[in-house]
Amino acid sequence: MSKFKKKKAGGTPGINTASLPDIVFMLLFFFMVTTTIRDASLKVKIVTPNATEIQKLEKKSLVSYIYVGPPSTPALRSVFGTEPRIQLNDTYATVDEIAEFIEKERQSRDEAEIPYLTTSLKIDKDTRMGIVTDIKQELRKLNALKINYSTKKGGTASK
Amino acid sequence: MSKKKHRSLPEINAGSMADIAFLLLIFFIVATTMDTDSGILTKLPPMPEEDQEPPPDINQRNVLEVLVNASDQLLVEGEWTDVSNLRTLTKEFIVNPAKREDLPESPTKAVVSLQNDRGTSYDMYIQVQNELKAAYNEVRNEESQNKYGKLFEELTSDQRKEVQNTYPIKISEAEPKDIGGNN
Repeated sequence: MSKFKKKKAGGTPGINTASLPDIVFMLLFFFMVTTTIRDASLKVKIVTPNATEIQKLEKKSLVSYIYVGPPSTPALRSVFGTEPRIQLNDTYATVDEIAEFIEKERQSRDEAEIPYLTTSLKIDKDTRMGIVTDIKQELRKLNALKINYSTKKGGTASK
Repeated sequence: MSKKKHRSLPEINAGSMADIAFLLLIFFIVATTMDTDSGILTKLPPMPEEDQEPPPDINQRNVLEVLVNASDQLLVEGEWTDVSNLRTLTKEFIVNPAKREDLPESPTKAVVSLQNDRGTSYDMYIQVQNELKAAYNEVRNEESQNKYGKLFEELTSDQRKEVQNTYPIKISEAEPKDIGGNN
């Protein structure tokens, strides 16, 4: 009994915070590793359509993106017009350039991963299907068959 | 000797280390975009090979014809309709509960043929795709509920395969027409 009493009398001992930086650094590294800094700045304005039957894309590293939409800023619009354009990586591209793009994406991956590569189409909802169909045909030619129509979760616009 | 030297070394104050680390941590937390991309996953059909024989004719009763024109109007089996009806129509087509003569004899034979115009808006296209997928998902869910008392997503992979084989998703997309002209 007396033993315990003695300890209490010593006053509250300070908590050792020496390991606090270690803990924080651990968290820091976790976030640094998981952060994906967006590598392409969007030059097209994209409002994706809504859909209810959506699935999440697993394995972000296996996804390559194709953006389609009208040029985003007035400066760009004055040069390129308001027609929807395709963006690959950082620049505007034509349908023919998709072949090269997919080829590059494939080369940067493991050979075993190639069948699992998914192409995510981020397309503005006001785009006409013509350009989308051209892209789809091109992807079929390249045998990049797994595609994802990027959509937001939510009810469809029509009643 | 060594003891003395050790004592004379001034200790670096590591007390602010935590602050610095916190600062960096907060920066990364803020900068992290955890946006997982989501959408409608589909598989495109492979390009037909040149020496491939033309696909076999499919009985007319096994095909649900869905047409979308350049002004986003929907035609299902020759009748004008609204997107909101598409799900019910498709479900009826797949399951054929009344065993009608003009609907498919079994769900495995049912094919949805989707054709759009080059002038169709992408929004409309996604809505149609979404409704078709929703119809299949609902049918599969009902089947799983009847058979196993669970939702399709909760099934084991074997059970899932079985349901998938009973109700395979067959959506065929024809080459789009260019009637609207304004692509």
